Amino acid sequence: MSKLNILTRGLLKENPALILVLGMCPTLGVSTSAINGLGMGLAATFVLIMSNVVVALVKNLIPDKVRIPAFIVIIASFVTIVELVLQAYIPALYEQLGLFIPLIVVNCIILGRAEAFASKNGVLDSALDGVGMGLGFTLALTVLGTIREILGSGAVFGINIYEGDGILVFVLAPGAFLALAYLIAIVNIINKKMVKK
Amino acid sequence: MEYILIIISAIFVNNVVLSRFLGICPFMGVSNKVSTALGMSGAVTFVIVIATIVTYLVQVYILVPLKIDYLQTITFILIIASLVQMVEIILKKLSPPLYQALGIFLPLITTNCAVLGVAILVVQNKAWGILEGVVFATATSLGFGLALIIFAGIREQLELIKLPKGMRGVPIAFIVAGILALAFMGFAGLDK
Repeated sequence: MSKLNILTRGLLKENPALILVLGMCPTLGVSTSAINGLGMGLAATFVLIMSNVVVALVKNLIPDKVRIPAFIVIIASFVTIVELVLQAYIPALYEQLGLFIPLIVVNCIILGRAEAFASKNGVLDSALDGVGMGLGFTLALTVLGTIREILGSGAVFGINIYEGDGILVFVLAPGAFLALAYLIAIVNIINKKMVKK
Repeated sequence: MEYILIIISAIFVNNVVLSRFLGICPFMGVSNKVSTALGMSGAVTFVIVIATIVTYLVQVYILVPLKIDYLQTITFILIIASLVQMVEIILKKLSPPLYQALGIFLPLITTNCAVLGVAILVVQNKAWGILEGVVFATATSLGFGLALIIFAGIREQLELIKLPKGMRGVPIAFIVAGILALAFMGFAGLDK
């Protein structure tokens, strides 16, 4: 598989959130606005790249039987770093994302990539895979956040684009499920058309 | 009275799946049949309650006195992972039928964010002691079970319906979840 392919397949063809349907809890939980989605996506991307690199580096040192707990410890360390950095430098975002920052640990995308890709491939490929998958996740979260923000509060990245109240339900819990359902359906159709060509 | 409020709030008003968005993966993954949904909610209840007790004690008696509470995330996930392993081994010895029923779900529970989420929520709430924590954990897992079983019931019926191509599978499941979340919003205000 070419390096470019590893880097780009996470964006659409194997998008972790929209095609593989992994990491749904943060996808639904923090996509109330575009900026929250972007922040969460970038935080998860950082953890994903770093954990992929470290797992690829130490994969030969870890006995097969304890690899999953070992991966979880590696991931949890980077999540703690992200948690402390956000708390110190971007407290507003830290407040907004709240519980979902420590929960990056149990994001299936990160453990999934460590197990399925980084534990079998070299350091560079694993880093590229982390970048691609992370950006795909960020893209999905940001698009979903933008849709919900436009429909729910009539703004994009906090900038008002139309007057009056939005459709409140899209900022609340049910709107998350509905918006994601249509987004996945649309991506499914686009993907099928691309495969046919 | 306070306990009743915690229970109603955790099951209906702030339902763990439909309003807090925790535990979506098993919610989507094992909700094809009512019987598997029952097994999963049983296993989750078991692990959430035990994990909450252990993580609470570790936080209060080890992490805080030693001033290493920044290690919370790592400690908690390790506790949960080892608890799940332990529960699996004990169940296998003590009650093979129960192990048969819950067995396949147990390894999945480590990465169920509801477990870690509840443990962190309980520790973060300064007003709560261990008793409130256990009540909250139990009620939350009942809420998880309730949502999972209702959802599984609806999905069993969905199998029989003709759908547009793009909507089949995951998208329609999310739409059902959205409508369910809308229905659960009717409970808002019960806890105040």
